[in-house]
Amino acid sequence: MSKGQQVLNWIDDRFPLSSMLKEHVTEYYAPKNFNFWYFFGSLAMLVLVIQIVTGIFLTMNYKPDGTLNGAGIPVAFASVEYIMRDVAGGWVIRYMHSTGASMFFVVVYLHMFRGLIYGSYKQPRELVWVFGTLIFLCLMAEAFMGYLLPWGQMSFWGAQVIVNLFASIPVIGPDLSVFIRGDFVVGDATLNRFFALHVIAVPLILLALVVAHLIALHEVGSNNPDGVEIKKLKDDKGIPLDGIPFHPYYTVKDVLGVAVFLIVFSAIVFFAPEMGGYFLEHPNFDQADPLKTPAHIAPVWYFTPFYAILRAVPSFAGTQVWGVLAMGAAVVLIAFLPWLDKSPVKSIRYRGSKFKTMLVLFIISFIGLGILGALPSTNVRTLVAQIFSVVYFAFFLAMPFYTKNDVGSTPVPTRVTMSTPARQVRFAVLVVVTLVAATLFAKFI
Amino acid sequence: MNKTIRQLIAAVALVVPAAGAFASAAGPALEKAPINVQDTESLQRGAQIFVNNCLSCHSASAMRYNRLTEIGLTEDQIKGNLMLATDKIGEQMNVAMDKKDAKVWFGAVPPDLSVIARSRGADYLYGYLRGFYRDESRPTGWNNLVFDKVGMPHILWNWQGEQVLETVKNAEGHEEHQLKLVKAGTLTKLENGKANTAEFDKRMADLTNFMVYMAEPMQVKRQQIGYMVLLFLSLLLLPLAYFLKKEYWKDVH
Repeated sequence: MSKGQQVLNWIDDRFPLSSMLKEHVTEYYAPKNFNFWYFFGSLAMLVLVIQIVTGIFLTMNYKPDGTLNGAGIPVAFASVEYIMRDVAGGWVIRYMHSTGASMFFVVVYLHMFRGLIYGSYKQPRELVWVFGTLIFLCLMAEAFMGYLLPWGQMSFWGAQVIVNLFASIPVIGPDLSVFIRGDFVVGDATLNRFFALHVIAVPLILLALVVAHLIALHEVGSNNPDGVEIKKLKDDKGIPLDGIPFHPYYTVKDVLGVAVFLIVFSAIVFFAPEMGGYFLEHPNFDQADPLKTPAHIAPVWYFTPFYAILRAVPSFAGTQVWGVLAMGAAVVLIAFLPWLDKSPVKSIRYRGSKFKTMLVLFIISFIGLGILGALPSTNVRTLVAQIFSVVYFAFFLAMPFYTKNDVGSTPVPTRVTMSTPARQVRFAVLVVVTLVAATLFAKFI
Repeated sequence: MNKTIRQLIAAVALVVPAAGAFASAAGPALEKAPINVQDTESLQRGAQIFVNNCLSCHSASAMRYNRLTEIGLTEDQIKGNLMLATDKIGEQMNVAMDKKDAKVWFGAVPPDLSVIARSRGADYLYGYLRGFYRDESRPTGWNNLVFDKVGMPHILWNWQGEQVLETVKNAEGHEEHQLKLVKAGTLTKLENGKANTAEFDKRMADLTNFMVYMAEPMQVKRQQIGYMVLLFLSLLLLPLAYFLKKEYWKDVH
């Protein structure tokens, strides 16, 4: 027996190292027909690691202090510029963290969309999906609190607007918002607690949820673009006929995804860290000033679809709480997809036209709301946002009705099917059409 | 306590829907600032103008004097020509003026200019620096085309001379504001009623250029490193990952 094997045996007698590696990596059988959409789970993990590592280095020099320094600049705001200028390599760490925040939402939105089109939330993967929704919720809290830390104008007023939403809740609202802020206005107390929550509390929950998400996934096995359960057909060794071990097949494939992702990520970090004011908003380079309300308070792009829903709901019965409730419901509803979808098939490939139509309307509404939420509202825009909000909710609430018995002409195959050039062309065309349509909408609305 | 909260809610409730009204009222179209942060001579001229004029009232507290070696100046040059408020080369560009006095004199504390170019953009600064005009209704006697009712006086008036605001009808019949030079300064000329502002504009471009550089001093280096990173990723990691994947997946059908 080799020395290495002896060491491994010693460990295995005390800790299930080999069996865990087998269960989750080398003998975890994943369907062999994963396509483009299946890169975003591992990429989300990559971005999580980037955020944690860069975050650790940022905390070494960042100071969560809202008081003014000798030059009249808030210490927190000045410490970010200190990182950008005087800390060796500080600028690249900071840009990686700020770009990482936005890219986290890019990959997570695409990851969620994958689940939507291939029915990955359906039985038996309900808990995978619920854990995933909780991860999304944590991510929103994490991003919101992290955005306060640079202590710029948008940090301050964005937090002010969002915390005030809680104040609209009847009876407990006003006291609740004071409890959240730790003060009557967003101030030093708020900055300190948001820092604590951003660097310790929420990341801990996030990591625990990611572990739960993966354990649940590996218990039931991965879905695939055909929505076929590969565990139904196994060879005489008990290995799924359409399954391949995660390592080395998907580890090497994910490395390819990582390489492409890093090219996009680095292009942003090194050539467009502000991303035209969408990743780093221009007004956030003005220090927080409680006495100067900015003319237009726009949330960062990844919150805009939900912000647009908030603005679209008019206040009635003397309270604005309805918009807040609608915004909350828009997120919470996602968790209920497994029970709203009554379709006998999982993948969009074998669904009928009703689901496909609703999905297209949903995508239009979600992207449309995202664009509207970033723009100052006008009467026309509010009306369009209201229509999109109705479609958004109809997609979820009407789902039990339109998915029932809604199957396509092609029956679900027994074995998975591999990608064809025709499918790839159709996919590329759809991506281009979506991008062009979104650009035109943003230009003319 | 409850009153404060109610006022806050009311303020936010007013601000959120009203936001559009402000933002949609577009200011005058801004001319593109002719700047290049790789042009160190322009940056040096801009630095000179900045420390001699702006730094009397505005701080740039994130900027250290010795950083100016990046734009081709030696420490002796910086000490001899640019450091008026301190003698320590590692010091930040602070001002001696008392903030309370400033508030009384100008109605507002002159903002720190370290990252102003990142919040307003180069075109805004270039338009602002050249946008002062005579307005006797203002306490200082000056107003600005891109920043209405500005508290800052036109400190470079002896360079630029005096402009006035004219309202003219454009081709489509809409009224438009434009500036007209009525009195030449040391850097502008008036010949047969025609203004030649090229020299003044050039200096303001240099100043804008310096402020853009100062807002993110590492921006040129950032891009240089970026090219190396992208070359490494696309010429080494990407092909390696691609062929590795292809090799491993040969037997998957």
